[in-house]
Amino acid sequence: LPSLITPLPHFLHTGATRVLMFQRTSTGSRVVVASRTYADFTPQATFDIKKCDLHKLEEGPPLQAVLTREEGLQYYRTMQVMRRMELKADQLYKQKIIRGFCHLYDGQEACAVGIESGINRTDHLITAYRAHGYTLTRGGTVREIMAELTGRRGGIAKGKGGSMHMYAKHFYGGNGIVGAQVPLGAGVALACKYQGKNELCVCLYGDGAANQGQIFETYNMAALWKLPCIFICENNKYGMGTSVERAAASTDYYKRGDFIPGLRVDGMDILCVREATKFAAEHCRSGKGPILMELQTYRYHGHSMSDPGISYRTREEIQEVRSKSDPISLLKDRMISNNMASVEELKEIDVEVRKEIEDAAQFATTDPEPPLEDLCNHIFSNEPPMEVRGTNPWAKLKSIS
Amino acid sequence: LAMLANLEMSICRVRVTVRDALNQAMDEELERDERVFLLGEEVAQYDGAYKVSRGLWKKYGDKRIIDTPISEMGFAGIAVGAAMAGLRPICEFMTFNFSMQAIDQVINSAAKTYYMSAGLQPVPIVFRGPNGASAGVAAQHSQCFAAWYSHCPGLKVLSPWSAEDAKGLLKSAIRDDNPVVVLENELMYGVAFELSDEAQSKDFVIPIGKAKIERPGNHVTLVAHSRMVGFCLDAAAVLAKEGVECEVINLRTIRPLDTDTIEASIMKTNHLISVEGGWPQFGVGAEICARIMEGPAFNYLDAPAIRVTGVDIPMPYAKILEDNSVPQIKDIIFSVKKTLNM
Repeated sequence: LPSLITPLPHFLHTGATRVLMFQRTSTGSRVVVASRTYADFTPQATFDIKKCDLHKLEEGPPLQAVLTREEGLQYYRTMQVMRRMELKADQLYKQKIIRGFCHLYDGQEACAVGIESGINRTDHLITAYRAHGYTLTRGGTVREIMAELTGRRGGIAKGKGGSMHMYAKHFYGGNGIVGAQVPLGAGVALACKYQGKNELCVCLYGDGAANQGQIFETYNMAALWKLPCIFICENNKYGMGTSVERAAASTDYYKRGDFIPGLRVDGMDILCVREATKFAAEHCRSGKGPILMELQTYRYHGHSMSDPGISYRTREEIQEVRSKSDPISLLKDRMISNNMASVEELKEIDVEVRKEIEDAAQFATTDPEPPLEDLCNHIFSNEPPMEVRGTNPWAKLKSIS
Repeated sequence: LAMLANLEMSICRVRVTVRDALNQAMDEELERDERVFLLGEEVAQYDGAYKVSRGLWKKYGDKRIIDTPISEMGFAGIAVGAAMAGLRPICEFMTFNFSMQAIDQVINSAAKTYYMSAGLQPVPIVFRGPNGASAGVAAQHSQCFAAWYSHCPGLKVLSPWSAEDAKGLLKSAIRDDNPVVVLENELMYGVAFELSDEAQSKDFVIPIGKAKIERPGNHVTLVAHSRMVGFCLDAAAVLAKEGVECEVINLRTIRPLDTDTIEASIMKTNHLISVEGGWPQFGVGAEICARIMEGPAFNYLDAPAIRVTGVDIPMPYAKILEDNSVPQIKDIIFSVKKTLNM
């Protein structure tokens, strides 16, 4: 080996079959110093997962889940990206670089990543305003998500939407009006059925939204018309500052679809969420109509950045969840203790993730704001250019589709 | 003479009610594009609360003509979601009074989405149904929503008067890739109009955003939409006998408003009266007057532009009270004479 070796090793995963440990020499070239082969890691393992409470269902999801090393690394990475992205958003908000509403998802990563792993990319998904995580799983990049939060032209909605209005293919936001996304989601499901492509729609809402009248209207129509819709209630125990006990006469959200079968799922265990989602998807695709999943989860942050989140719950409670039920830790522990990944390997992923988030934040803070010429654009689709009245009668602004 | 007679016979004019014109429009568009479908209360098996969708369910079936439960907010949201996912729904409100239950979906989910998504998510949807005063249905069932919907960017708002308007505008609305509100009028459903050759074609559309001069004139401009257009024409006929020639403009579209046509007319007549069935405060007429004040036509006015509107009260039930709650032909004539200092 050349004489001067810098101390920090890094890893190359060659298709998860062989792990090579490199070090950089003084001349900048890389040298292999060690390697572990496929045979060193367990390629897959079976885990026991919690039984789901069932409503109007004879059977539930399986009680065991198979996790491959590849899947595990991918879930870990995605959840870590999501976690770091939200924490970076917290930082930028406190620096006043992000303004307005900012509802963070940290703590709930297993829900978004678990759901996505249980459906197809060609399926559809809609959620409420705590949407950054879903924007990511549905194909948005960290860069364009962060740049949307900072209101720049490189944002996923060119800076026109902000935190609550991010869209991607087969992802319908990001919706600011509590509960309004639920009928929308059923409408997407109607389109799926109408067009006969065997696609379904995952339609998310929170424990707070669960008391909205329009959701019950939607349950009725979805069941009546057998729409391929998975209703998912992300129960994080608090609707803004109101605990579930103070808001709902029945906190069995998985039963509130009444005639719609339901299941209550441990939303902190990604394997639980994945298996339940697969089960629900199968139910929909077989033409049985809608199904309801309640994911029991937790948000570490307050309702939004303007809510410290400790006036209606204790720091002890938050700390307890972090230490006992953190979704990323749960997955990490499973993988390490089953020799599916090494500590160093996961640390390396953490380093990569941190860099990715830093890069994205750098982009999000340096990208220019949208040009003023864009102010009146995107009013109508497929329309010739038109004039829009500005703030005074002489201000005639241009609008293009 | 024989040639003229032949010409006369080859121009096949038919008389069609507004109801049938709307029905034809939907029938033709359902046939033309399989993504188009209709949903609402009683639209299918009942043939429509006002029989506007008569025969459509029989022809197109359950998949395309959908009876909904009484859940406006729910089914309007479902319609918007379907539009987002690639279909082209026509969402009927039995009357626009009930649209208040669903107005959040119309404005926040439909109208604003293309803008919020910076062009990623179009919403090709039509919301239609009867709007404004009817006969004896009292306060909760008689409100005009033209001003409310026309207030919002991201929406197009149409208000047909004649059968030709109804057919051409509804077809345009269905073909438009954006949220369009079509404000029909229950009292007009049964009124028959001549449909020109052109209007009988399956591809007949009326451009959105363009007003029509129903009757040219030199002395005063009357601008109206929906049922009031007919009232203006009736008033114009009476006034013509006294030598006053009114130019009657049928707005057809409330948003975007065809200010150019109104301005050009004022530059000719020097007088403006806007006529509407809805309430005066912050109404369609208020917007027209404000725009005229701000534009080049102001300098051509020989008298202040004024509005003839519904009375500023909830609609009463008793016939004599109801009749006096909306503009009558005599109110229009009176206003013209006042404006012209006659």
